[in-house]
Amino acid sequence: MKKFSGKALFLDRSDINTDEIIPAKYLTEISRKALKPYLLEDIKLDGFDKKDVEGKSVIITRANFGCGSSREHAPWALEENGINLVIAESFARIFRQNMYNCGMMAVELSAQAIEHLFNDFAGKETFVETDIEKNSFIFQADEHKQEIPFEIFEFDSMLVEAGGWLEYADLKY
Amino acid sequence: MGKTIAEKIFDSHFVDNPSGDIHVIRLDAVFCHEITTPGAINDLIDRGKDRVFDPTKIKAVIDHVTPAKDTKTARQGKVLREWAGRHNIQDFFDIGRNGVCHAIFPEKGFVRPGYTIIMGDSHTCTHGAFGAFAAGVGTTDLEVGILKGVCAFHHPLTIKINITGNLREGVYAKDVILSIIGRLGVNGATGKVVEFTGPVVNAMSMEARMTCCNMAVEAGATCGICLPDMTTVEYLWEFIKGEYATKKEALEKFNGFSPDLDAVYEDVIDHDITGLEPQVTFGYKPDQVKPVKEMEGIKVDQVYIGSCTNGRIEDLRVAAEVLNGEKISDSVRGIVSPATPKVFSEAMEEGILKIFMDAGFCVTNPTCGACLGMSNGVLAEGEVCASTTNRNFNGRMGKGGMVHLMSPATAAATAIAGYITNSNEFRE
Repeated sequence: MKKFSGKALFLDRSDINTDEIIPAKYLTEISRKALKPYLLEDIKLDGFDKKDVEGKSVIITRANFGCGSSREHAPWALEENGINLVIAESFARIFRQNMYNCGMMAVELSAQAIEHLFNDFAGKETFVETDIEKNSFIFQADEHKQEIPFEIFEFDSMLVEAGGWLEYADLKY
Repeated sequence: MGKTIAEKIFDSHFVDNPSGDIHVIRLDAVFCHEITTPGAINDLIDRGKDRVFDPTKIKAVIDHVTPAKDTKTARQGKVLREWAGRHNIQDFFDIGRNGVCHAIFPEKGFVRPGYTIIMGDSHTCTHGAFGAFAAGVGTTDLEVGILKGVCAFHHPLTIKINITGNLREGVYAKDVILSIIGRLGVNGATGKVVEFTGPVVNAMSMEARMTCCNMAVEAGATCGICLPDMTTVEYLWEFIKGEYATKKEALEKFNGFSPDLDAVYEDVIDHDITGLEPQVTFGYKPDQVKPVKEMEGIKVDQVYIGSCTNGRIEDLRVAAEVLNGEKISDSVRGIVSPATPKVFSEAMEEGILKIFMDAGFCVTNPTCGACLGMSNGVLAEGEVCASTTNRNFNGRMGKGGMVHLMSPATAAATAIAGYITNSNEFRE
């Protein structure tokens, strides 16, 4: 199973699409490693610096993350940068499925919970501890600590445990 | 309780219910192109599972960058070509016979009412125009589709959009779908099937229905879907006439998938297009839509007519009607990409390509190229493109470029003027 804990990157915008996550011109790369430097290259977000990605393991963002092109290069580019978990108000269907198909996680929280996270933690060095058994996150920045429960579909946790959809489907069908 | 068309298709293709509302369904077709398939092929090789579930149900095309523009794109084509060869995939379309996937596969008769189809391309929803369930997926879903012929989906909740009213002269399917996306928002149908019904859809050609279903994903939908009718049967007849004694018999079979009268919908929306004017996008999201007259005068550097949204023969006819005898502005680069060799050939025979060329357009081979900024018309920073494609995302047609989505008629009028403007019918 992949690692789902680590430092958080806050992206304060809705509708971040997969062209922004990894532009189409890099889709001709055969190796996933080659995608690493280009993550979020075309993101339209004031104040964002490419260096913000360094050392981060979790993204926290708003609604409809990963909309647009079906490219699985988006999760791959995240994974190559050590990011296996995205927490958002909502996801585009294909992106969400691609994450779980790769054994990664795309977790939805309510708009209110996301708003609280932005208010309490954005701009601070924040660490997210993910407990998959208990289905809860612990957010921590300085002395401030907060536990946030989450829910995912049983099928999605089956994919995470199996290591992805190919592993699961190959055994079963 | 009654069922929708998508629910009936799911029932007839049921394989497994591993958990909750997850349906694992059997696939009638897996479509492949050279951008997202090589990753699946290489992974299957690495795992020692380089197999395909059924070579007759896999259709493949090189369409995104063709001819190859560099060694990397050449390598992607090579991986797909060699894979098709070693697995005896007969329906593989290479250069000279290739076209934009969502235009060429329906044209070859590969899409039928009631089919289940996946492809590693978000605009796979186009094929719902035939009353099929067709969904874009990522590389892993594609890989499992290739290997096992199955795919997993949540229960297909459906939003019905009943399109009513009279389409004015000079207003097209593209304007209708842009107005619907503007209304639903880019997240308005996420994870849902959008069923397009009503008199306006009934009167549409298959090409126009494909334009509508193509952009369903821009509202987040899994699939856009139209109910099969005699227009569907007529389009498919050359491919299915061996299977049915009469067209009526074919239609009766296809009607087996029609939604029940008491089918349960997530939402039913009446969308009246009476008085609808040509539409255009502003900003970087396809739901940022305005009437063209409100964007009148915005200067453009390039006009692109083509893509899986609007690169079919009807689209080129409409644009050619506007361009006939005119010249495009000296400040505009005009590019037209007929979506398939058949479209190219018909456009040639009808004199449409000559109209484009006389007007000052460059006619390219069929390819996706410029739409996603891969080749054949990439923008420079700060440039503006009037485009008949489906996405105006930041950087989509080139880093720092701006894209305005519109119909082929509006794109042609814009090319002549050099700035965004309506075709004649709507000039004030």
